[in-house]
Amino acid sequence: MSEIPHLLVHEHADNVGVVVVEGLTAGTDMLCCVTHDNSTFRLTAGADVPIGHKIALKDLADGDTAIKYGEDIGKIIAEIPKGAHVHTHNCKTKRW
Amino acid sequence: MSTKYSNMTVKAYRRENGRVGVRNHVLILPVDDISNAACEAVANNVKGTLAIPHAYGRLQFGEDLELHFRTMIGTGANPNVAAVVVIGIEPGWTKRIADGIRETGKPVAEFSIEQNGDFETIRRASWAAKDFVHKTSEYQREECSISELWVSTKCGESDTTTGLGSCPTVGNMYDKLLPEGITGFFGETSEITGAEHICQKRAINEEVGERWYKMWKAYQDDVIFAHQTDDLSDSQPTKGNIEGGLTTIEEKALGNLEKIGRTSQYIDILDPAEAPKSGNGLYFMDSSSAAAECVTLMAAGGAVIHTFPTGQGNVVGNPIVPVVKITANPRTVRTMSEHVDVDVSGILRREMTIDEAGDALIEMICRTANGRNTAAEALGHREFSMTKLYRSA
Repeated sequence: MSEIPHLLVHEHADNVGVVVVEGLTAGTDMLCCVTHDNSTFRLTAGADVPIGHKIALKDLADGDTAIKYGEDIGKIIAEIPKGAHVHTHNCKTKRW
Repeated sequence: MSTKYSNMTVKAYRRENGRVGVRNHVLILPVDDISNAACEAVANNVKGTLAIPHAYGRLQFGEDLELHFRTMIGTGANPNVAAVVVIGIEPGWTKRIADGIRETGKPVAEFSIEQNGDFETIRRASWAAKDFVHKTSEYQREECSISELWVSTKCGESDTTTGLGSCPTVGNMYDKLLPEGITGFFGETSEITGAEHICQKRAINEEVGERWYKMWKAYQDDVIFAHQTDDLSDSQPTKGNIEGGLTTIEEKALGNLEKIGRTSQYIDILDPAEAPKSGNGLYFMDSSSAAAECVTLMAAGGAVIHTFPTGQGNVVGNPIVPVVKITANPRTVRTMSEHVDVDVSGILRREMTIDEAGDALIEMICRTANGRNTAAEALGHREFSMTKLYRSA
């Protein structure tokens, strides 16, 4: 891969991806890579998102399930537009 | 089937019981908290020894006391330890621990403080420690198969990069070395929550998987749900995990479980600090997810090298077991490089494959076994943290 990806996604079923570069700014045309098969796509970052934090790959609604590793990682608790930051302010555990 | 890993050897210490160690410590082991001062005085008198002070050992009872003895005996029995001086306040429990370590065949001397005082105890114990240093410093490393290593893992200050890079690196190492006959440990019971359906299926058979699930469920019910006052949102995930982008325990657990790779299966379940007794293979140890506690328990179980993936930069070490730090987070590599042994940040840039990262870790395991000091050893990280199950009597 000649260009370094901005966002990595574990599985095609996932609806969130992980920012893997420092200093990502809103409006960046991100190169996104699905690590399962190294396929790529592009997505515009909707916010300044720190390295390691997640971005929604599509519009998510209150009550939806966040999917990462192809698995349930918690419930969405607010409307999240595609490209926006996903973290503790809009996603919660279903466990304790 | 022979692979490129089959013929790998390391230069290590063959102990009296046949086990292979990668360090050659003379340990000054306190039975209880009030014997710490004497142990530290002996270690100060005799260079080349190591005291490991701790907080417990008085008025414990039941399973908590059994765990104390297992941790003490297991630490002394670890093959990275050449010889042990045990010091306790009274002779009864001191003898029990010393005798437990003696079963390995290594040199052990025991001393108790009552009716002697610190001065006389330190004098006698210092002579024994000095004899052990002379004896064990002449021990030579010999060629041993990589298959004889017992390698544990536990991650810490995880973030989303651990699930993408450093944990799969450890998993790839296990997928390659477990078939060669190494013994492995993973654990962190609370931190499988959200991935328990996957972990149960990674057992060698249904019976082991069911026992694993019962153990995990008992932890949920008896520890978490019995004591929680909130949704653990500041504890599990930790503040550091959240800073690093992990949002929920489910997300953290799925990343954590990457440490057992794609094909590895665990063959049995261990109590905290319990030594494996079902032969070579991978074991799940019921253990805390706190770094120093977990590494201490796995070292007491007999692990001689610990592989430690980190995202945000956990700095933990252990007094007797070298802790190899692996990170994929480029910010951590940039800001905390003195703590990093294996940099796999190339995985995030798609410049390094998981297979290449696994090979890099295996190379570092061999170098560490041969004597290379890890970052944690060089920086003096010797966290020895006992797990306590409940209040003392």
